[in-house]
Amino acid sequence: MIIKNKTIAADDWSVLRLEENDTPHDVVVPEGKIIVPLKVWQAQRNVLQARTELGVWLASDERAEDLKSDLARFSVIAVDFPRFADGRGYTIARHLRVRLGYAGELRAIGDVLRDQMFYLQRVGFDAFVPRSDKDIGGALKGLNDFSFTYQASSDERLPLFRRVQRGSGI
Amino acid sequence: MYRYDNFDHQITRERIAQFGDQVRRRLSGELTEDEFRILRLHNGLYLQVHAYMLRVAVPYGLLSAAQMRMLATISRRYDRDYGHFSTRQNVQFNWIKLEDASAILAELASVEMHANQTSGNCIRNITCDEFAGVAQDEIVDPRPYAEILRQWSTFHPEFAYLPRKFKIAITGASVDRAATAVHDIGLAAVKNAQGEVGFRVLVGGGLGRTPILGTEICDFVPWQHVITYIESIVRVYNEYGRRDNLYKARIKILVKAIGIDEFRRRVEADWQYTRNGPCTITTAELNRVAAFFTGPDYEHLPENDVGVAALTSENRAFSNWVQRNVKPHKVPGYAAVVLSLKKTGIAPGDATAVQMDAAAELAERFSYGELRVTHMQNLVLADVKQSDLYDLWHAARELGMATPNIGLLTDIICCPGGDFCSLANARSIPLARAIAERFDNLDFQHDIGEIELNMSGCMNACGHHHVGNIGILGVDKDGEEWYQVSIGGAQGNDSSLGKVIGRSFTFAQTPEVIGRLLEVYVRERFAGERFIDTVRRIGHIPFKEYVYATPVTDDKTLAGMEYRLLAAGAAHDTPLYASGV
Repeated sequence: MIIKNKTIAADDWSVLRLEENDTPHDVVVPEGKIIVPLKVWQAQRNVLQARTELGVWLASDERAEDLKSDLARFSVIAVDFPRFADGRGYTIARHLRVRLGYAGELRAIGDVLRDQMFYLQRVGFDAFVPRSDKDIGGALKGLNDFSFTYQASSDERLPLFRRVQRGSGI
Repeated sequence: MYRYDNFDHQITRERIAQFGDQVRRRLSGELTEDEFRILRLHNGLYLQVHAYMLRVAVPYGLLSAAQMRMLATISRRYDRDYGHFSTRQNVQFNWIKLEDASAILAELASVEMHANQTSGNCIRNITCDEFAGVAQDEIVDPRPYAEILRQWSTFHPEFAYLPRKFKIAITGASVDRAATAVHDIGLAAVKNAQGEVGFRVLVGGGLGRTPILGTEICDFVPWQHVITYIESIVRVYNEYGRRDNLYKARIKILVKAIGIDEFRRRVEADWQYTRNGPCTITTAELNRVAAFFTGPDYEHLPENDVGVAALTSENRAFSNWVQRNVKPHKVPGYAAVVLSLKKTGIAPGDATAVQMDAAAELAERFSYGELRVTHMQNLVLADVKQSDLYDLWHAARELGMATPNIGLLTDIICCPGGDFCSLANARSIPLARAIAERFDNLDFQHDIGEIELNMSGCMNACGHHHVGNIGILGVDKDGEEWYQVSIGGAQGNDSSLGKVIGRSFTFAQTPEVIGRLLEVYVRERFAGERFIDTVRRIGHIPFKEYVYATPVTDDKTLAGMEYRLLAAGAAHDTPLYASGV
């Protein structure tokens, strides 16, 4: 189960992660709905681009710009959080949405926890795979922690002072 | 000062609810300590040697009397009747129970205060010149910008999990009283030839393990663009800052590694996407916020009050206080007054509940109901009529807040050290006390003149020892506490990093070492020359040679109970750890 469009939904995508002896060139990409590492996409694009449904995921030390000319090829782009305290994924997501204009599904995978959900949503994630040992219902609640935000981000392109009349009632 | 609107209130309320739920899940075991730790740090809650410590934000150092009273109330209700004012203008409570944290945050919110982002790897409380708005050398009042940046940085979704903490300081005066060179970003408001306001931006300064002074990344960012420009700096840092080594994760390491030119290139490359975009600050928003900082309705008074002049000539104690603790004001007939939290025998920066309540009352009586916290760990009443100075002095003296030592040897910057902090290698408060007691003689201090003695209990440098004219750093050698002494550091416009004079000393040797450094200064100084200027003129060798020429004996009087190394909690009641954590 995943969280998508603010509800809990079934999901049939799987994530391909390279094992110790795999190389991006040689790893076998199973058929079906699969989200492959950026490096596998780059190494096997000649074969993979024929697929009708394909996803790709970025590690936290990879750059959104590497997908710049391929954005339309993917049904889903995911960003991996190796630890929830690794904040690079937030900037990757923002770049995809704001700088590169990606409008498709953007999925947070890895160490995804309830208490980061609100920020993840703000920078542009619209799908979330909470860590499997955690209650997904709790994670869903995390999307509603705040009614207002000060800054602009991927969700609100205007800062609060351009969105509302400050200094007054709500 | 700034007042919350309904949006500020709503955001603060929802934050408290969010944190309350996180505490609940921690106590029920739903959250592990590893998961919870970062969440509580984002709300200012540390686990220290004896108990939880709550660091409350004092945005850019500004407090109303009502807020100060609330701090006193919290210290009585939830702590041990005192608070500690820190070098980042915040206030810390050392004996907090986890179960009380949400209630304390709600009490703070009732007076428009919070503990948001006072810890953790996020953008921390923005610090500011303590004389902002009243200083004679001010070019631009930095407080409206500090508030605008406070709101921008509060719960910024992209920057809650940076490689490391991120500190911003802002000044608008020609004399830098905000130590902007030792911050991740230092902002100095300036005016260009056309009279337009902008910021000179320093980046990559910081103390800690690798002390580095900030480098100029831009000499003039127009005020409208300060959010987008800073956002690009933090974004580049978030992307490229090191995350593999805690000690190399600050922005200063990134700037050094790739060089300021490459760093600037990356910042400007990002800025191209946002410059002139919707995050550009509007005149309407600046005006809205600036309207909170217009200053009180000053009376028309003569430049210098005649009564004060007469009293200073006949009362030496009052004269000493005026000379050290009273600062010039831009409005004729007014003065800014520093209330010293550096009375000998008291931990530097500590104030009791009685003192906090009384300081609030003094603010209402003499300074339009506002106070400031300084990064030197004192308090300021910024708008005092000169004709009130004598009455204020009397009142402050009764409260133990009129020690005439501002800028002198006993105005020591000092971190909590080994008595409280779990990171410390050595105690700092008892050593500050031992030094203050040794040099307590005011005539001697006035003769020594302006000098800054800064002390940290470990290399994280909360006590800013690198930029002390004399710096003391607690180090751990085989489980024992030792102190490394440096000279030649300075903050402000002529910032410099101190140089270690040689091998370190025991606790009981260190006051004598300070004494020897001062003897060299007295021997070598020109008339009117400050300690730092003598060090810069003659170099550190004469100091080093004299200090190490003969063995330094331990000061036997420092072997007393109150100076001994305390095992955690030994001098205190049972630690107040929360149950189940």
